[in-house]
Amino acid sequence: MKLARDTWLVFGRYFGLFIRNPAWVAIGVLQPVIYLVLFAPLLKSISSVQGFPPGGAYNVFVPGLLVQLGMFGAAGVGFSLIAELRAGVIERLRVTPVSRVALLLGRALRDMFSIVVQSLILILLSLPFGLSIHPIGVVITLGLIALIGLLTASIAYAVALWARDENTYAPIIFTSTLPILLLSGVLLPLGLAPQWLRNIAALNPLSYAVDAARAVFRDHITNPSVAKGVAVMLVLTIIAIAIGARSFGRAVA
Amino acid sequence: MQDTIVQDVIETRGLRRVFKSRNRSVEAVAGVDLNVHPGEIFGFLGPNGAGKTTTLRMLATLLPPSGGSATVAGCNLLTQPDRIRERIGYVGQAGGSDREITGRSELVFQGRLYGKSVAGAKKRAAELITMLELESCADRKAGTYSGGQKRRLDIGLGLVHDPQLLFLDEPTTGLDPQSRARVWDEVRRMHDRGTTVFLTTHYLDEADALCDRIAIIDYGKIVAEGTPEELKRAVAGDVVTLTVAGEPQRALDVLKDQVFVREAKLDEGSVLLYVDRGEVAMPAILRLLDGAGLTLVTIGLHRPSLDDVFLRQTGRSLRETAA
Repeated sequence: MKLARDTWLVFGRYFGLFIRNPAWVAIGVLQPVIYLVLFAPLLKSISSVQGFPPGGAYNVFVPGLLVQLGMFGAAGVGFSLIAELRAGVIERLRVTPVSRVALLLGRALRDMFSIVVQSLILILLSLPFGLSIHPIGVVITLGLIALIGLLTASIAYAVALWARDENTYAPIIFTSTLPILLLSGVLLPLGLAPQWLRNIAALNPLSYAVDAARAVFRDHITNPSVAKGVAVMLVLTIIAIAIGARSFGRAVA
Repeated sequence: MQDTIVQDVIETRGLRRVFKSRNRSVEAVAGVDLNVHPGEIFGFLGPNGAGKTTTLRMLATLLPPSGGSATVAGCNLLTQPDRIRERIGYVGQAGGSDREITGRSELVFQGRLYGKSVAGAKKRAAELITMLELESCADRKAGTYSGGQKRRLDIGLGLVHDPQLLFLDEPTTGLDPQSRARVWDEVRRMHDRGTTVFLTTHYLDEADALCDRIAIIDYGKIVAEGTPEELKRAVAGDVVTLTVAGEPQRALDVLKDQVFVREAKLDEGSVLLYVDRGEVAMPAILRLLDGAGLTLVTIGLHRPSLDDVFLRQTGRSLRETAA
């Protein structure tokens, strides 16, 4: 099938570029690790406060960190695309018969792969701090984070193709990801939030992903919030891929 | 005899492109009719912003037209862009190779995108590396290439699938004279193999030296089309360029209404006269300037160049608009 072949080719190209600079994996993991070491200990003392979910500070905090990693890790991928636009690479690819969906998907899958690797590293690093998780939970969580990565990367590429310039792209991406993340309760659970903040957060699709990840980390894999979170992310990811692929297909004037 | 069955490689009718920004729209290409014949090198000449690249990008399926119709490589531009993509090559101004990837890998990857097997793509890459004399740098990252090497790699990327039509957007802009001559040689070799080449340039000498036919575009419209010879012949027989001490405007006024002067213009302080026969006009010019009390500083006579064609057609010199 042409789409699968093209996606594999495009993935291969960007995976090759990625593997040549594995330092980016370490840099990507560094920020969540800093949170883990310098911020998570603060949570220990407030984990008994009313509104804080059960399960222990790390089992509450690490799922949030992973969601954050999934989103922040993929939000910046547009920078490399803008550099490629400038070098004429995208135009050169667009003039070949290669599938437009593959142009997006091949890259976004590479980003997804990098995020899954980083997430796995973060989970492993959290174990000595007192995180406990069932292996099946790890698999479900990585699947969820992979979807968040794919979703965010697809949107980030669409924004980059529209913006075509770092100075337009950066503010859009960073001013939109931060409120989305905070309103999903990644740092502190929204159980602690006042009602008006909770009402806004309920509209944020990412909060379903965070709820799902936290349920998994409490070993409540059968909890309906898990299926709900995965389903919401799956639907949004498919929409985002369609938007991203359309951006690659459309002319960049 | 013209074989009527042979179809033009490019045929456009009323091709338009409007760019809309917040509160105004700019018609970058304002109704272009073009015919490019099989096997020719067709030059698209015009100053920056004239609509050259926009037209090229439309024909290469990168930008949908706002209006008009076109057939490219036997396929309808509006309904069959996928089939056009299989038959054309395109080398943009920026090139298109990645600094971090070796030339050979880029050529193999490009071949794979056109459906070649790994072995087939490698074989084609090796052929192109030999053909474009990239042996010394093929296995280095493209970021280390000289300007000429990079441009040859970019051209190679456009030739991977042996297209019947190749688009080159300002192929020699920014190159040193030697690299420029190499690119010209490559274009001529493609021509010898029967590839149709459509190139844009704002260098008149390039269009003159390389192209079988030329279209001049200005403000989104074709202002002249033909072989370089035809275009030059359309300008009057000879061009006389002269400068006087001070007052070039007065010299122009004295000369412009003479019967032997077809057209007269001021260009960067010089007076340009298009005349039928320069050797007859020169003595008359000298007498007239003398009679008006103007001191002649320099005077020259030359055959019209494409620069004169451009100046004549657009009222501006290509040199000043390109600068």
